[in-house]
Amino acid sequence: MTGATEREVGRARLRKEDARLVTGQTTWTDNIQVTGLLHLAILRSPMAHARVDRVDVSPALERPGVVAAFSGRDLAEGLGSLPCAWPVTEDIVLPDHPPLAVDEVRYAGDPVAVVVARDRYAAADALEAIEVDYTPLPPVLDLEASLAEDAPLVHADKGTNRCYVWPLATGEDYASVKERADVVLKRRYLQQRLIPNAMEPRAVVVTPLPASGEYTVYSATQIPHILRIMLAMVTGVPEHKLRVIAPDVGGGFGSKLQVYGEEAIALTVARRLGRPVKWTESRSEGYLATHHGRGMIQDVEIAATREGKLLGLKVDLLADMGAYLMLVTPGVPILGAFMYPGIYKMDAYDFTCTGVFTTRTPTDAYRGAGRPEATYAIERIMDELAVELDLDPVELRRRNWIRHEEFPYPSVAGLTYDSGNYEAATDKALALFGYDDLRAEQQKRNERGDTVRLGIGVSTYTEMCGLAPSRVLGDLRYGAGGWEAASIRMLPTGKVEVVTGTSPHGQGHVTSWSQIAADVLGVSFDDVEVVHGDTKAAPQGMDTYGSRSLVVGGAAVHQAAVKVVAKARKVAAHLLEASEDDLEFAGGVFSVKGSPEARTTIQEIALATFSSHDLPDGMEPTINAEHVMDPENFSYPHGTHLCAVEVDTETGRTTIRSYVCVDDVGRVVNPLIVEGQVHGGIAQGIAQALYEEAVYDDEGNLVSGTMADYLVPSAVDLPDFVTDRTETPATSNPLGAKGVGEAGTIAATPAVVNAIVDALRPLGVTEVAMPCTPGRVWQALKEASA
Amino acid sequence: MTRISVKVDGTTYEDEVEPRLLLVHYLRDRLGLTGTPVGCDTSNCGACTVDLDGETVKSCSVLAVQADGSAVTTIQGLAQGGEWHPLQKAFHERHALQCGYCTPGMIMAARDLLRENPVPTPDEVRHALEGNLCRCTGYQNIVRAVLAASGQEVAS
Repeated sequence: MTGATEREVGRARLRKEDARLVTGQTTWTDNIQVTGLLHLAILRSPMAHARVDRVDVSPALERPGVVAAFSGRDLAEGLGSLPCAWPVTEDIVLPDHPPLAVDEVRYAGDPVAVVVARDRYAAADALEAIEVDYTPLPPVLDLEASLAEDAPLVHADKGTNRCYVWPLATGEDYASVKERADVVLKRRYLQQRLIPNAMEPRAVVVTPLPASGEYTVYSATQIPHILRIMLAMVTGVPEHKLRVIAPDVGGGFGSKLQVYGEEAIALTVARRLGRPVKWTESRSEGYLATHHGRGMIQDVEIAATREGKLLGLKVDLLADMGAYLMLVTPGVPILGAFMYPGIYKMDAYDFTCTGVFTTRTPTDAYRGAGRPEATYAIERIMDELAVELDLDPVELRRRNWIRHEEFPYPSVAGLTYDSGNYEAATDKALALFGYDDLRAEQQKRNERGDTVRLGIGVSTYTEMCGLAPSRVLGDLRYGAGGWEAASIRMLPTGKVEVVTGTSPHGQGHVTSWSQIAADVLGVSFDDVEVVHGDTKAAPQGMDTYGSRSLVVGGAAVHQAAVKVVAKARKVAAHLLEASEDDLEFAGGVFSVKGSPEARTTIQEIALATFSSHDLPDGMEPTINAEHVMDPENFSYPHGTHLCAVEVDTETGRTTIRSYVCVDDVGRVVNPLIVEGQVHGGIAQGIAQALYEEAVYDDEGNLVSGTMADYLVPSAVDLPDFVTDRTETPATSNPLGAKGVGEAGTIAATPAVVNAIVDALRPLGVTEVAMPCTPGRVWQALKEASA
Repeated sequence: MTRISVKVDGTTYEDEVEPRLLLVHYLRDRLGLTGTPVGCDTSNCGACTVDLDGETVKSCSVLAVQADGSAVTTIQGLAQGGEWHPLQKAFHERHALQCGYCTPGMIMAARDLLRENPVPTPDEVRHALEGNLCRCTGYQNIVRAVLAASGQEVAS
């Protein structure tokens, strides 16, 4: 059973996860059935902003099947404010955030009351019996107007809608650098709000054990470990009495990196009633109640010489927090703060972010979280600068990017980019794309005055991922560390359990972690099982977000396996009566140098250690090991994405003709999984560029409030992607991996919009606001010709 | 309450149901057949797609009483004699799923396509699956999987 000969890392292993997913044998949270299970339904504010004068839940109690009903005031005792773990400045405004509103509602969808009933239909029916009197208050929707002195306030007790101001000025003084510039360009870009749309709606099940005060919380979450800590703090249930399980979770994209009111409400109701409860959101409810992403106004100024050398960059952001600060709401733009300079060298960088409260659904992490916004801004303005200087956009980038021999490179924003090769990735992408031929075709068609224009978009990006060095997080005032834990249990029958603190929801950790462990231990891929997503079975973890799992969690698995081998070596030396130094270890076999017949396998050693009859003197009888990995640096994936679009100037319709990307995500554990992540990432990036927007009306109602009104792209809305890679290993972890979860999303949006603007530039268009719908494109053309 | 008799994945069930009960909730909550998930409330996502008497339907848009006297096939009834359906195999082999939440509906919709059109073009596959949303894969590997299941050569 030992003796895997082919290296597992780098192999396109088919996923272990798939068997139950393709046969329907899943455990989504909503699938969980428990005897006596009660269903929760939540009454939500129909108004963006209102005083709650009266809530009467008693009529709901008369409805058939209803067991209980609670207003915010009813549950206030024992249900604290929802947490914000990232107060980015010392003087940040931190409003109270009750899971059920008590006196005031601050966005359409803010929870007001909860009904508990015997089935989901009865619970939903009873909501309409609840009586609520509201006094409407003015909505706060415009990011700039809301900062005026006399603006209506989201949180009147705070006296301002300004949540925080977070500055970063690095390198030389921007103002003086700007003085020596030949060219200064200033642009405003709008990052529309997006709705993450994981395919599995959120759900939570709580099963109480009243006698001992223990609770098991099943939740469709990315963060069972963090959730456990936070639920203990919000509800007062002691942490050691709480078990949180993330069963099969159907996607997250940041939307399940959250501690939601419904999770705290479900736990509190289960505690009050001593009975198991379930809450499952409907999709339309989720559009209001699950956090949104993006939502920023970006004012960007770039200073350069006539020769196209960048001198400095100034960025002023207004970031829409929404009505409350959720888990990392204020930190999302700060994750982007360090990435606006992108892959370029410059002398000065001046960044300020102002967080602003509005009466809309709170924002928080959505795939990329701050970094797509940053990449969009720099890559859009680089194209504008190229036009200003009459340079090819690739040439302008080439003149400014960090050359491969310059790594490790201290970025102007204060990061140390450890490795990369932008030249190699770009050259490969240009060749695959047929850049020169497309430019030639474009010129011909422009000269002909085609009604369907060809546009070419370039996006060269890097990102910081592998979140994160704990000390850096501390400097940024984040509330927790960035380490990840793994342990390896060598079972007596030769099987291996890898226990990980990451919590996958589609990423294939079971497969990839099996590959990593199998390689180090020299056991077969099929002999490894991976345990995750249960605070009882995998007690230590920091969970899954920010392209961190492989880089930090996978590296922890690697290091734990190295420790297992080191312990096993001691036992092997003892059993083979050799010194440790004389042992070789390959393919799971320890053998004595020079006498290969003297051998034993690591799995035989697992059994020998289990029986413990003959271990070295004083040795603890286990070869199990654990490792907690705290990375020294972030990792910096990079790549070049190229998009060719056909834009019909008569209809405004954009069609993606070809999409080529070359990403460098460091060493790859499973190329199949990496390719899948890139595809999905690009799809979401294209979706922001072309299709998606959370639209509010002047009253603060979410107009795009159902899946019928918000365009999640289908198979006909997306093209085939040509993907390739270069491989420059990361230096900050033993795998050399950089992370891939967000790369596509970060790179794709500017590639597409640059292509659209490039197509229309001969017609006078210099900007199309996202999403670049046919209507928006047509409008831009109309304005340009006016 | 209305009495219905429905054959699901080869087994006949008789139940009293509320006339408003959705087929998907009947499958999930009454029969415990949770392989068919719910992804939206506007019949956009297609996660709940099942086969009803040879036609694919979104089971969130059909009442349980409408299935009275009918035969329903779900993702849980596709494998025969322990052998996966060719689409189940192809989705696995082509990495056509990540979180897997859309997969049951995606496979049921693709099965319908291949019954009607055994050798579809990539474009025909994309159009046939237009009513099924996936947030993870960008669809490329799903298209490859359906083409592979139809016996066509597909670049990996």
